Amino acid sequence: MIRRTFLVNGVGNPFYNEHMVVHPVERTSKSVCRRDFLKAALAATGAAALSDANAAQGPKPGPLGLIDTNVYLSRWPLRRLPCDDTAALVAKLRANGVAQAWAGSFDGLLHRDIATVNARLADECRRHGDGLLVPFGSVNPKLPDWEDDLRRCVEEHRMPGIRLHPNYHGYKLDDPDFAKLLRLAAGRGLTVQLALIMEDERMMHPMLRAEPTDAKPLAALVKQTPGLRLVLLNSQRVLRGPPLQNLIAAGEVCVEIAMLEGVAGVANLLAGVPLNRVLFGSYAPMFYFESALLKLQESPLSDPQLRAIRCDNARRLLARKT
Amino acid sequence: MKFEIWDVHTHLSGVPGDTPETRLGKLLQYADRMGIARLCVFLGMTHHYDPSPEQLRQENDDVLRAVRRFPDRAFGFVYLSPKHTQVSLDELNRCVRDGPMVGVKLWVALHCNDPQLDPLVARATELKAPVLQHCWLKITGNLPGESTPMDLAELAARHPKATLICAHTGGDWERGIRAIRPHPNVYADIDGGDPTAGYTEMAVRELGAERVLYGSDAGGRSFASQLAKVFGADIPDSAKRLILAGNLKRILQPILREKGIKV
Repeated sequence: MIRRTFLVNGVGNPFYNEHMVVHPVERTSKSVCRRDFLKAALAATGAAALSDANAAQGPKPGPLGLIDTNVYLSRWPLRRLPCDDTAALVAKLRANGVAQAWAGSFDGLLHRDIATVNARLADECRRHGDGLLVPFGSVNPKLPDWEDDLRRCVEEHRMPGIRLHPNYHGYKLDDPDFAKLLRLAAGRGLTVQLALIMEDERMMHPMLRAEPTDAKPLAALVKQTPGLRLVLLNSQRVLRGPPLQNLIAAGEVCVEIAMLEGVAGVANLLAGVPLNRVLFGSYAPMFYFESALLKLQESPLSDPQLRAIRCDNARRLLARKT
Repeated sequence: MKFEIWDVHTHLSGVPGDTPETRLGKLLQYADRMGIARLCVFLGMTHHYDPSPEQLRQENDDVLRAVRRFPDRAFGFVYLSPKHTQVSLDELNRCVRDGPMVGVKLWVALHCNDPQLDPLVARATELKAPVLQHCWLKITGNLPGESTPMDLAELAARHPKATLICAHTGGDWERGIRAIRPHPNVYADIDGGDPTAGYTEMAVRELGAERVLYGSDAGGRSFASQLAKVFGADIPDSAKRLILAGNLKRILQPILREKGIKV
């Protein structure tokens, strides 16, 4: 057990400012969690950089205040992942200097009782992490009465945004229901996260194949939806170059770096995308968290660039209300 | 603690530069940022799935130029095609026996369980050169000559004294690891796929840390995402040390000693 006073939350969390419920962080039995747990405590006292054998060469947490815009709670349907219990994930994130993490739920991919998925997500975020986790609920616009799921995300769970998975919910982006969902979300001041893929389509389970979401209709939709704030998750494998740049130019559209690849990927991305549209995202626990962190090391980035990607852009995005 | 890092899998791609030397120099700049000491490099400025003899030689010439500029930082692997047996044997002699290269790269010209690979693997084994074979298991469909880890397992059974490296661990690593598990002369190169958590833990659990190699597939992949598979894994530091450099040094030691290269 660790005392709450050891933990820090360096970033304002609009969800938890009003609804914070303080619970102690549970210790887990996994060795990685014990290690991360210790690192979290050390990070809070400013000693994290000295605590880890990898710190001299591997990922460096850097100053506290990192905002991770792409994490998931619960379990990936096809395998257990290290850190796929919330306490372990929180410890991992804290150990790496994350002050706020925008969390969706893996359950939102396949469960049809989305209302329960979102209630559970909100509850998990309250019970773990002392405000570190910010829930982004799932909405499936092909389910009957989906509008009420959206309403509950806002009114009951006070979520600042939603996370969509069109390729698991069986619709294309030219579907009128999707356009309506974007309009309603924008009208309620929600940030909309759109996951284009969840895994490399080449290695999907043969019984659970989901083609990447085709983003072509998005630019026109963004232009038609005033006030929309859109964050593309897991987009970099399937949306790059001019199509991505055109979409970014269409409105307030951001990308995160979890699936960004190539040597010096972040620097290369910044050659075509404005700095204020690039967010930090790890896709933990599906991906090793260290992947995103090391990308910031691989690219030569200035301090202002690092600050923008690590936290400022995300903070500004959630702080803005339509 | 600082880990020594050797990368078993890089290419002269994904970075700017009109010459092999320039591109390798650029790759090394980023390798330096990540603390990587050595790169194994193969395939040339332009990659050919099914290279002609001339294209094979050209790709190997590109790599020779690059590694000769950075002899203390890079090792070359010679690119061979089992569709051109004699040319490939000649390239082995030119680039490995008589040149600075220390390993063999096989890609997608022919499935690696084909008997046409036998003379190449036998000769590479005589020269103490490890053979790195691209392997992938794609639910979307492999290329016509693209090998799977199961193909490599067949080759390994025929050549138990060869040192074989399963590049990408077959992409679908949960099946790839199982496929190569019975063959102790096959190593898992964990490069090239997404940094999916649990990958390295399973490889270490099922194969032993001694059979797992860090590689990146840079410049198409980032060094960062692939290093995360080791730095982020819940495995002991001793295992990380083996994966990041220890195993590759051990594999290459015989051929490096023959060439008088001290590391």
